[in-house]
Amino acid sequence: MRVLPCADLGLLVELDDLDAVRALHAALAANLPPGVTDLVPAARTLLLRLDPRTANPSEIEQFVRATRPVAVGEQNSELVRIPVVYDGEDLDDVAKLTGLTRQEVIIEHTETEWRVAFGGFAPGFGYLTGDSAKLEVPRRKESRTKVPVGAVALAGAFTGVYPRESPGGWQLIGRTDLLMWQVDRDPPALLRPGVRVRFEEVR
Amino acid sequence: MQVLETGPLSTVQDLGRPGHAGIGVGLSGAADRGSLRLANRLVGNDEGAACVEVTFGGFAARAVTDLVVAVTGATCPVTVDGRCGAMNSLLRVPAGAVLRLGLPATGLRSYVAVRGGVIVEPVLGSRSTDLLAGLGPEPLSTGSDLPVGLPHGDLPPIDFAPVACQPAEELRLTVVPGPRQDWFAPDALTALLSQPYTVLSESNRIGIRLDGPVLTRSKEEELPSEGTVAGALQVPPSSRPTLFLADHPVTGGYPVIAVVVAEDVDKAAQARPGMTLRFTARQRVAD
Repeated sequence: MRVLPCADLGLLVELDDLDAVRALHAALAANLPPGVTDLVPAARTLLLRLDPRTANPSEIEQFVRATRPVAVGEQNSELVRIPVVYDGEDLDDVAKLTGLTRQEVIIEHTETEWRVAFGGFAPGFGYLTGDSAKLEVPRRKESRTKVPVGAVALAGAFTGVYPRESPGGWQLIGRTDLLMWQVDRDPPALLRPGVRVRFEEVR
Repeated sequence: MQVLETGPLSTVQDLGRPGHAGIGVGLSGAADRGSLRLANRLVGNDEGAACVEVTFGGFAARAVTDLVVAVTGATCPVTVDGRCGAMNSLLRVPAGAVLRLGLPATGLRSYVAVRGGVIVEPVLGSRSTDLLAGLGPEPLSTGSDLPVGLPHGDLPPIDFAPVACQPAEELRLTVVPGPRQDWFAPDALTALLSQPYTVLSESNRIGIRLDGPVLTRSKEEELPSEGTVAGALQVPPSSRPTLFLADHPVTGGYPVIAVVVAEDVDKAAQARPGMTLRFTARQRVAD
């Protein structure tokens, strides 16, 4: 564990991998040290946002170092099913990059159980990880200025669904009508850290 | 209160929406949080009540009922029905009168607090407009109605607050190196600290784009996205830093060479395009 300062506004905790991030996140979320206003989990880091008027960074660092990570349960969380039409503009490129056929990409995407690792990018955007490495692809060389709402995409080891129209550099493989974000829904985000996800092909 | 003019951009802001980073929602809130707090204290509100953040003046609103207001932040001419009022002080705006903010002489963002607070519908616990995430109330437009809440408690015994003057040309901001200082060539931090940067006009509530010496990286690999804070100096492939403000993204994929300390983030939020910023380093915050 490395703890890197972000002035008096944050502490960036660098960990070995996503599992370690999730375990520390679960432990700190259940017992938030005073002065910490938000936890921002990511692929290999957990950012603690601090209230600069009340937080004591060195005390919080000691607290984090003394925190015992919590093993995160794999089975008993909510499952969200996302119907997808697999007609994305980058589906052929993804097939080429992975050495699979179009149909094999779809099968791999629908047969993998995904899980929301963390949020970011936009409200309702979840970074989903699965235990298959077959779909790992780089981002597109040029990012699109407009990705439509509901686009289902791949980048790195992640898959995700664009919650609204926005720029984006992920490889588009399909689209869904299911809304990832509705501000008047409780909770507004369908994909929250820990939620399990199954994609289902709609023809 | 009814909005008559908005200037380039006027939004409702409070202290933002903490606790929602997991679903991709950033903090947002006032760009200059100290000025918002002061405005609220002057009119006897809770420090975090919603105010109007006026960017570069040009705001006017008519009081529908008798109001008590205070204007803080960027120093601009303030009038109530044409009569001059003072910044950082209690102003009484009778029903029917028009409160008007002219062009600021220095600074960029002014805050209008109304006794009772602006009580537009909150979203995820905050009345802030987050321009990056598209959350909260729309930016104000001519004819917008701003509902005002009921005051509680007494007015404070002091009705004027002395405020340090804002520099017109050069702003000095204190930074703490890191968290990704080690992703840069050793002379990058020296360049950041020894030479001035100019504020570019493509700056907004998300961040301040800067022109100045390039900050060369030593690690060329891709940084996995990680959480970011306001005040972060993130260095995109252009090699010039962007200084994140209130509506910055929750996570970022470029390394952060240094972070501006919290009280100076408020000062940075008052920087106008064309101004010069100079960064000085403070090592780890006092433990």
